Amino acid sequence: MSIRHGLLALLERGPMYGYQLRAAFEESTGATWPLNIGQVYTTLSRLERDGLVRPLPENDGGQRPYELTDLGHAEIAVWFATPISRTDRPRDELAIKLALALTTPGVDVRAVVQTQRTATMRTLQELTRLKSRSDKPADLSWRLILDAMVFQAEAEVRWLDHCEASLVRHRPDPAPASAPAPTHEDAPTEAHR
Amino acid sequence: MILELRGVHRTHGTGETAVHALRGVDLAVAAGELVAVMGPSGSGKSTLLNLAGGLDSPTRGEVVVEGETLGRLNRRELARLRRRHVGYVFQDLNLLASLTAAENVALPLELDGMAVRKARRLAAAALDEVGLGDLGPRFPDEMSGGQQQRVAIARALVGDRRLVLADEPTGALDSQTGEAVLRLLRARVDAGAAGVLVTHEARHAAWADRVVFLRDGVVVDSSGPLDEPEHLLGAPA
Repeated sequence: MSIRHGLLALLERGPMYGYQLRAAFEESTGATWPLNIGQVYTTLSRLERDGLVRPLPENDGGQRPYELTDLGHAEIAVWFATPISRTDRPRDELAIKLALALTTPGVDVRAVVQTQRTATMRTLQELTRLKSRSDKPADLSWRLILDAMVFQAEAEVRWLDHCEASLVRHRPDPAPASAPAPTHEDAPTEAHR
Repeated sequence: MILELRGVHRTHGTGETAVHALRGVDLAVAAGELVAVMGPSGSGKSTLLNLAGGLDSPTRGEVVVEGETLGRLNRRELARLRRRHVGYVFQDLNLLASLTAAENVALPLELDGMAVRKARRLAAAALDEVGLGDLGPRFPDEMSGGQQQRVAIARALVGDRRLVLADEPTGALDSQTGEAVLRLLRARVDAGAAGVLVTHEARHAAWADRVVFLRDGVVVDSSGPLDEPEHLLGAPA
């Protein structure tokens, strides 16, 4: 998701000026995504350039609200109607790290798994603690964002459990004849320590 | 400390076929502390819980509950300590179908010799605590799965139980109802009980103050939360 779509979605509620947009953005993301006001203004001027918003006259306080154009309304409707593509997300550094750990000599893969699981579990505990502090109905969007983070962390712990179980069962294939003979400390040996 | 396991071993069977369920576990749980125990099947989680509750005894080492070493108690004393101080929540609820919710909750107190009237009063308070104040006269089969689970929790919490042991207490409940069960457990612990929660679900274990990982009968790691979880929300850009 981009700040761009976030601001367009907020303007769908009605015209707003910069500070209002920033406050509304943080409120609806439960402060999980803090914005500075500079980012808001830069984004607004790009949206204006692209014809998605237009500025309204300044109010008495000297603030200039923006409203969506027809193009802006259409853009946000498309955004809500389109699923997020997995390929738009950053690569999973942890999965790559574990894959590399398996094939790097001298790395104790089970220790890598255990260290990560403890850290992820701690994150999960902290998220749960944040969640347990809020149960007012007004906090729903905040709690749903926390829940998203909770489920992601949980999925990571489950995947790490799965990795650990797979490592226990793992028996490396004999090295192919063309490959150099494994030396004293090759990675698959590490894997079932 | 309300619960202490000191160098606890538990071996089932002997000789070639012996199974070492626990191999030297130390664990201390203070009042106001909830400890989750996680680990794969066969790691010794349930054995640990059974030992903590005096339902099983260690092959070696000792289990201390509220200052009493369980191995030194005779059967009657042990049963009394279990009834008075230890509450259990199991996945299969063990509610008696022929008793109402209130009677189920009051049962451990009545078995302990408490006057029926007083036991019923405490049962009503425990049902209130889990949000079922109105359902005392209902029978288990007149309640939803989530409500039955809450009755089981009320039974575990009734009276002055300071040690609450839970084995997969959210069972087959949906995620919302399961979370409500954990909130109840958390609230009781925050009010001064000590709790041990055995679960294979990380999301449930996360309600604990400390998470202990068991593997092959040994504690391999434990995790406690940091002081200020707000750091997870990211610094202003």
